[in-house]
Parts: sequence; C-alpha cells; structure tokens
Amino acid sequence: MTLFYLCIGGGLFVLGLHSLLLRPHWLRAIMAINIMGSGVFMVMVALARRGDTTDPVLHALVVTGLVIAVSATAFALRLASGLLERTKKPEGGA
Amino acid sequence: MVADGLFDGALGVLLLTLATAVLHARQLYTSVVLLIAFGLLLALTWARLGAPDLALAEAAIGAGLTGALLLSALARCGEAPPGPSRAPPLRVLPATLLALLVGIVLLRALWPLAEGPVLLPALALGQLPAAGVDHPVTAVLLNYRAWDTLLELVVLMLALLGVRQLHSAKQVIPPPWPLLLAWTRMLAPLALLVGGYVLWRGAFAPGGAFQAGALLAAGAVILRLNHLLPPVRWDNGLVRLLVVLGLGVFLAVGVVGLVGPGLGFGPVGTAWLAYPPALAGPLILTIEAAATLSIATTLTLLVVGEPEELRA
Repeated sequence: MTLFYLCIGGGLFVLGLHSLLLRPHWLRAIMAINIMGSGVFMVMVALARRGDTTDPVLHALVVTGLVIAVSATAFALRLASGLLERTKKPEGGA
Repeated sequence: MVADGLFDGALGVLLLTLATAVLHARQLYTSVVLLIAFGLLLALTWARLGAPDLALAEAAIGAGLTGALLLSALARCGEAPPGPSRAPPLRVLPATLLALLVGIVLLRALWPLAEGPVLLPALALGQLPAAGVDHPVTAVLLNYRAWDTLLELVVLMLALLGVRQLHSAKQVIPPPWPLLLAWTRMLAPLALLVGGYVLWRGAFAPGGAFQAGALLAAGAVILRLNHLLPPVRWDNGLVRLLVVLGLGVFLAVGVVGLVGPGLGFGPVGTAWLAYPPALAGPLILTIEAAATLSIATTLTLLVVGEPEELRA
C-alpha cells in the first residue's frame, strides 16, 4: 500500500509539473503548484507508515508544510492580482 | 482485504482524475471548485493513511481556506478571457516528454524508499515520557523540533507583511442571503467550540495549535464574509498584538530557557527551547494557545483582510 500511495504522490507531482510547463493562466499555475505540493505531502505521509508505528516526525513536517503552503498561496495570489492591476492601468503608478 | 484494495484504488484514481480536471478544466471557476473537492478527498486520504492530524488540518486549510482564497482572487480578477482552449502541440509535446522523464526519475528514487530503514519513530516514541505531552505529533512540533514551528510562525508573519505591502483591488463582498446567514449563526460558535477542544486535545490525541488555529480562522472568515464581524483592521492594537503573540511567547520561552539559569530564574529551561520535563506540559500548552490565536488571526487577515484595513 505504501508503494501505491508513493506512486499516486509522484503522479500528482508530475501532473502539476506538466500543467505548469504549458504556461497556463496564473490562477491555474498557482493551483498546479498546490497540487504538486499535495503530491509531495502524499509521499511523506505514505513513507510515515512504513514501519510498525506511524512516524510522527513526518506527520509534524506535513502539518507545518500545510500552513506554509496556504500562506505562500495567499502571498502568490496577492502578488499576481496586484501585478495584473498594475499592468491594466499603468497611469495608476506605484 | 479486497475492500481495502478497492477503497485505496478508487481514492487514488479519483485523486488523479480530479487533479487532471482541475488543471485542464475550461473555466477557472470549475477548476477552483474541483480543487476544493480535491482537498476534501485529500483529507480522506490522510485519514486512510493513519494521519488524523493531517486530515483535520487539510479539511480546514487545504479545502476551506485555500478555496476561499482562490475564489476571492477569481472574483477580483474575473474569468480568463476565452483564448484557444488547447495549448499548441509544439508546447505540449516537450512538456509531456519532460514530465514523463521527471516521473521516471521520481519513481526510481521513490521505489527503494518503500523498504528503507525506519529509525525515527522509535526515537520519537522513546523520548515521549519526557516531552510533556502524550501525543507524539504535538511532541515533535512543540518540543523536539520547536525550531521548525517557531520559524513557521515567522513565515506566516512574513506572508502577512508581504500581503500588506501589496496594493490590490478592494474586494466587494455581496450581501449574504438569509439561509447563509442562518447557517453562519449556527456554525460560527461551533467553530469556536471545536477549535478550543481541538487545541486542548492536542496534548494527548490528534489535534493541536495548527488545526485549532485553522478552524478558528475558518469561523472568522465565514463571519466576515457574511458581514457579521466588523472589518479586521490592522490599526487595531488588539489585532497587532494577536498577530505577534504566538511568536512573542515562543521567543520568550526560548530566551528565558537560554539565560534563565544564569540569572537565577530557576528551572524554567535548560537551553534554547529545551524545557525541563516537569514544566514541559504547561509550557507547551501556553505556547500552543498563543500560537493558535496568532495563526487564527494571521490566516483570517490573509484571507479576508482588505487592502485599506491591512495598510492602515
């Protein structure tokens, strides 16, 4: 089962990467990066159950990662929409 | 056994299908809604993989807050102009080739890991009696790897400061419809209650500061979107205090631990972020409570903080 979820995690990462390489709309690019991150999390969670007991260290790292991912997403969205606005009406200035 | 296999298989196929749909749906709105569904399915997967902590966090953060963020970004910028629905084949072919190659490399790298040696759980569980809490994930987050959590709070604050620096269009929140209003009035106190419970539970069972903070933030976001909460203004001293509270308490515990013994403060700590076993439990709970409030406030500001409120 570990191997199955490892493959799904890798698959999600590759799907996100593929979509990112097609130069999508910026909102979709941010979603693609989120999906790539989910793939990485899945690899870590799958690895956490290799032994007899689940690995709390990997789980803690993923909990941290989730919060970092959402704050990075918020920043990226503001950055992108700010950029969009500025290119739309250049006379607005900084 | 067969049922387990079927469940895993269905979950895996659904996740991959949903991811493909998110990345290639024609309308952005469809993509965002499907991504929320993807997040909920991911929470189910974490529960299946024996990680209830993650399932809680994912349901609140991955599905809830990320979805709200993406939807509000979409509302600010509008749907993409209808362009060619398919990327030109000249771009698709190299991208597919490259993705396939990366996939093969990843598979070769991941394959041996499935059978690799497992050392960390034994170490983590062995030290649990001295950690001050009974739940291993909380022990890792707040005790063994407290540095990670401290720096995570810094990252959260940096993200908030970054968002504050950026000017962006004012988000127009439409007036809520009656059913939504009624639901919100019921759900918001529940979110508060569950948040507090999850925080308290983190000491001995799945739960903790991040999950509780995310739940509280989700409750606050719902209230704010329905005009039941006054705008969360940055110039409000209390809001600023709440944002820095978690980091402040965490740093204070670290500094007291570092210099306390030398100054005769007694056994508050033995080194930077090393708690004495007798006080570890209360110290961790204090840090967690402060961190919960900070995380909740920061996430709320990140999702619904309006430009003039943030900049004030």
